[in-house]
Amino acid sequence: MPVETHEERGETASLLGEKQPLRCSLLCEAVAPDFHQVWNLMETRSWEPLPLSDATLRSHDSWTCSPLVPEYRLWDPVHMFLTPVVPHWPFYNLDTMFVRGLKRKCFDGEEDIEGTLAGIKAIPSYNLQRQSLLDMSLVKLQLCHMLVEPNLCRSVLIANTVRQIQEEMTQDGTWQMINTQSTGQASVDRLVSTDILCRSSREQAEGKHVPGYSTFSKDFEGDQAQDSSETMSTASSVQAPRNLPSNVWEMENPQENKGNFQKSLDQIFETLENKTPNSVEDLFSEVDNSYYDLDTMLTGMMSNTKMGHCDGLESFSSPTTTTSSSNCKSDLNELDHIVEILVES
Amino acid sequence: MRAFGAGGGNDIQWCFSQVKGAVDDDVAEADIISTVEFNHSGELLATGDKGGRVVIFQQEQENKTQSHSRGEYNVYSTFQSHEPEFDYLKSLEIEEKINKIRWLPQKNAAQFLLSTNDKTIKLWKISERDKRPEGYNLKEEDGRYRDPTTVTTLRVPVFRPMDLMVEASPRRIFANAHTYHINSISINSDYETYLSADDLRINLWHLEITDRSFNIVDIKPANMEELTEVITAAEFHPNSCNTFVYSSSKGTIRLCDMRASALCDRHSKLFEEPEDPSNRSFFSEIISSISDVKFSHSGRYMMTRDYLSVKIWDLNMENRPVETYQVHEYLRSKLCSLYENDCIFDKFECCWNGSDSIVMTGSYNNFFRMFDRNTKRDITLEASRENNKPRTVLKPRKVCASGKRKKDEISVDSLDFNKKILHTAWHPKENIIAVATTNNLYIFQDKMN
Repeated sequence: MPVETHEERGETASLLGEKQPLRCSLLCEAVAPDFHQVWNLMETRSWEPLPLSDATLRSHDSWTCSPLVPEYRLWDPVHMFLTPVVPHWPFYNLDTMFVRGLKRKCFDGEEDIEGTLAGIKAIPSYNLQRQSLLDMSLVKLQLCHMLVEPNLCRSVLIANTVRQIQEEMTQDGTWQMINTQSTGQASVDRLVSTDILCRSSREQAEGKHVPGYSTFSKDFEGDQAQDSSETMSTASSVQAPRNLPSNVWEMENPQENKGNFQKSLDQIFETLENKTPNSVEDLFSEVDNSYYDLDTMLTGMMSNTKMGHCDGLESFSSPTTTTSSSNCKSDLNELDHIVEILVES
Repeated sequence: MRAFGAGGGNDIQWCFSQVKGAVDDDVAEADIISTVEFNHSGELLATGDKGGRVVIFQQEQENKTQSHSRGEYNVYSTFQSHEPEFDYLKSLEIEEKINKIRWLPQKNAAQFLLSTNDKTIKLWKISERDKRPEGYNLKEEDGRYRDPTTVTTLRVPVFRPMDLMVEASPRRIFANAHTYHINSISINSDYETYLSADDLRINLWHLEITDRSFNIVDIKPANMEELTEVITAAEFHPNSCNTFVYSSSKGTIRLCDMRASALCDRHSKLFEEPEDPSNRSFFSEIISSISDVKFSHSGRYMMTRDYLSVKIWDLNMENRPVETYQVHEYLRSKLCSLYENDCIFDKFECCWNGSDSIVMTGSYNNFFRMFDRNTKRDITLEASRENNKPRTVLKPRKVCASGKRKKDEISVDSLDFNKKILHTAWHPKENIIAVATTNNLYIFQDKMN
């Protein structure tokens, strides 16, 4: 599968001059059984397949992509848009995958992920695992929508898992913290709680693997290391929300995120319900709004403002969707700006 | 693992007997077996598949000269039970996959079974025809009508033997009673009524009446946003016609008495084992979800299957099971991966042997497990074509969880999670078992001396 190398990353960064948070570029290859396309969103504002050569990928650096798991996206033929994340269908060993060093092209100024990893490999990043589990669960729930008639038992179990994670995150204050760029930091220093994600994952992590996705927060860890070396060694600044000068995007209110999250979760259930009896309007509406809200929620939750562009994504894909946040428009302009820089137009 | 003893203290040695289904690895979706069930005498074995077909096998009469094996099962009848449907109102396809088959006890020459897909239950009559009338006055032998004016004499038609023909005809269709997907059907011991359960409701039917059913359990919340638990299986008690149980996705089993009230939302007994705090993880709830519940033949016990274990409950004790058997504990450390690839949602079934002394359930890599309740020994066997010589004794298998892998052991990482045995059945009287892999049906027997 296509991966961007470190060299390409560096090249891009230098184009921008200073360290700008670069949108996760790329890798929009869906690995689902039914979807095998790489889609170019930004260039032509239309869906067209792209060949998977490195050169092509390099030139399409500024694709919008969710930083959650920027590797895979799923094409929703019904609603005509790319979802942020996609599950990995074939069974594989998470540990092996990670060790192979799949990289994210998310944020600029970032060191080679493997290097970053080396720094934190020894520490089982519980928050990271939990976050990736949350991401995975949300994707699965989204997919439920795409099936003709969702398996209710499975949906309920996944939703309960998501709620559990949310509750725990609220309890230990991580929910607040994911709005800050120092999330990664926190997870590194935080003690692994007794509620472990996967028992043996932890054991494995203590060994050498760090199972789970390399998520956004991990990338943040890399960012942190880059930005200020002293932060790496201190644990204190974790709690306070930070406003980096280079940070273009506004940070959303954590409470709002939580509300959005719950709202979106509820909407999932509503839509599930609507698959069965009732709501004639919903039946005939062409756009399933809960999709977009979930998307926003996902982006909002990661809370990383860099998600703003994902909202922009939504506005491209469907004329009837309302853009979910007011940040979006400014994000969009910013995005265009960066695209221009990148394609040197 | 050695073979264990059962019943009279002799070790059971399981031998391959037969395998049904396509040989090639390329599995046609429609051929995926979705349910397996012996009838009450064990003479008939029914399977349902994803394509909506039912195939019934019949055991040959025991051949006196071949005393070393029991009769083989051969195809008796095949019919299309359910067709794919389209619900125009909701724009949803209704799958024709057969979710469950349940036999009715035989009352006359014909056999009856209930088969269900996600929405509709059908009562099928399977009857034999081995004679046909011949010598009609107004019809030719080939069925053409004769010109009445050419008839000069009259005769009485007589029955003459013909080649055996097995006909299946739908006698009742019980439709439009379920909003959600039907996961269970269970025939009551009165042999007049049966229940059907979907994710949120259980309905009671009379076998003769198709236009009406009674709702006896409804766990749908007023606000669907509050939904956190669904019904996963339900069964009538084998002896008490007023008692039934249903299991949930949260690992609880509720026993209800229909005499208490018309709507049995309030259980008479709640069976739930407290969670083990040392094993707690984000996946605890998912793996506690019960995929199957079966009463013992005696009616004293019931067995539940969750993702990693089989539990036997005494109906008189609600707070914990009396026996717990680990099916594939080595998967506990892989739950994250299994969640990712959705295997954690696989619904395994379980079954009792005729004397309630052994229980059996399936696992991955085409392995299946048996637990002897008396000797507390267990065995793992594999359903594969490699041992396909009749009367070949199956070799016990072992999965190596970690560390050094001994010879003949299989490591957890090399298990094939696409080869899962979800459906198994045990002959009601003999040591004959039917094990369904993805698209093949294996029949094993104990070795007779």
